[in-house]
Amino acid sequence: MNGPTDIHAYLAEFEDIPGTRVYTAARARQGYHLNQFSMSLMKPENRERWKADERAYLDQWPLSEEQKQAVLARDYNRLLDLGGNIYFLSKIFSTDGIPFAEACSTMTDMTFPEYRQMMLDGGRSPEGNRSIKGGY
Amino acid sequence: MARITAGVGSSHVPLLGVAVDQGKTRDDYFGPIFAGYDWTREWEKAEKPDVVVLVYNDHASAFDANIIPTFAIGCGENYKPADEGWGPRPVPDVEGHADLAWHIAQSLILDDFDMTIINEMDVDHGLTVPLSMMFGQPEKWPCKVIPLAVNVVTYPVPSGNRCWALGEAIKRAVESFPEDLNVQIWGTGGMSHQLQGPRAGLLNREWDNRFMDLLIGDSQDARHIPHIEYLRETGSEGIEMVMWLIMRGALGRETRVLHRHYHIPCSNTAIGHLVLEPVE
Repeated sequence: MNGPTDIHAYLAEFEDIPGTRVYTAARARQGYHLNQFSMSLMKPENRERWKADERAYLDQWPLSEEQKQAVLARDYNRLLDLGGNIYFLSKIFSTDGIPFAEACSTMTDMTFPEYRQMMLDGGRSPEGNRSIKGGY
Repeated sequence: MARITAGVGSSHVPLLGVAVDQGKTRDDYFGPIFAGYDWTREWEKAEKPDVVVLVYNDHASAFDANIIPTFAIGCGENYKPADEGWGPRPVPDVEGHADLAWHIAQSLILDDFDMTIINEMDVDHGLTVPLSMMFGQPEKWPCKVIPLAVNVVTYPVPSGNRCWALGEAIKRAVESFPEDLNVQIWGTGGMSHQLQGPRAGLLNREWDNRFMDLLIGDSQDARHIPHIEYLRETGSEGIEMVMWLIMRGALGRETRVLHRHYHIPCSNTAIGHLVLEPVE
């Protein structure tokens, strides 16, 4: 049951989950500086510098232009694709004063009130949301 | 001899900390969640644990993307609540139990678990929210705490089987500590939730409850649930539930349930809570 795991099969399955970017080592590598930039916003003095001039603050970090544009646009799905992790990215929307649930809603096809209502009604069903290939 | 007398499972959603800190725990939204912890708060007053081994994950607070320990144990004297971007929570500092923590760390390493040892760190909502849920708002936390941080963010995270086995090794370590201490182990995080991507908001009441069922009694089935099942069934952040398996593993062959609670939703997350005791 717990013999060696085939790393290729293990990682391949992660790509079969609808609407989900599993934070793999490949994403952690790609997003390292993006996540460290996000983390820097935990310090009040950095938050002040960031708020004063977002672009200038971003330019001090070795991010790709694509990553910088996605940060400025607060395009969280794009940031996930570019190696961001949601716990690190949360420092950006916390600095914006946006609650976690509202930030989550921006990654879905719903408005925040629609998303909030979905959660009150029991959340998104796993039905049909488990596997892209399997469709279950 | 020190002994593990009980295990507690609980979600650690940051919004619960906000509700406590802002006095909203009995409003329409939070009331049903907190009511499910009333039993436990009374029970903890009677149990008076000396130490809690608190299994949790850091959410980009003490650890950044630089160093990613799979299993880290806090061996310090005390820990401050972390500033997670809106100032630290107004809760007491957390007092460690350095003697027991170092004893557990050494025992685990000799037992083939290559632990990372932490002397100084701040602790985020993953650790302080469960303390608030179980103890309310005291001037000082009523017990010492040994933080045990697990990487459940960067893949691969540890397998369920490895977590369970770590729990078993923690039980052996605690039982070889000469001082007479009442030790509890708490496994926190979960239950189903997904905080990212177009599938955000996924919850799975049936799966979560089956998982809790598996921790009661003598079944070992939960240790073999693969990561992909957590991901598909419980959302990308539901993987935190592997931390409950460390708690379960530390309770030995069989458990009995003392209290159980489940509520949907708290923000993006399903709240689960379980109090177990070992059956000797």
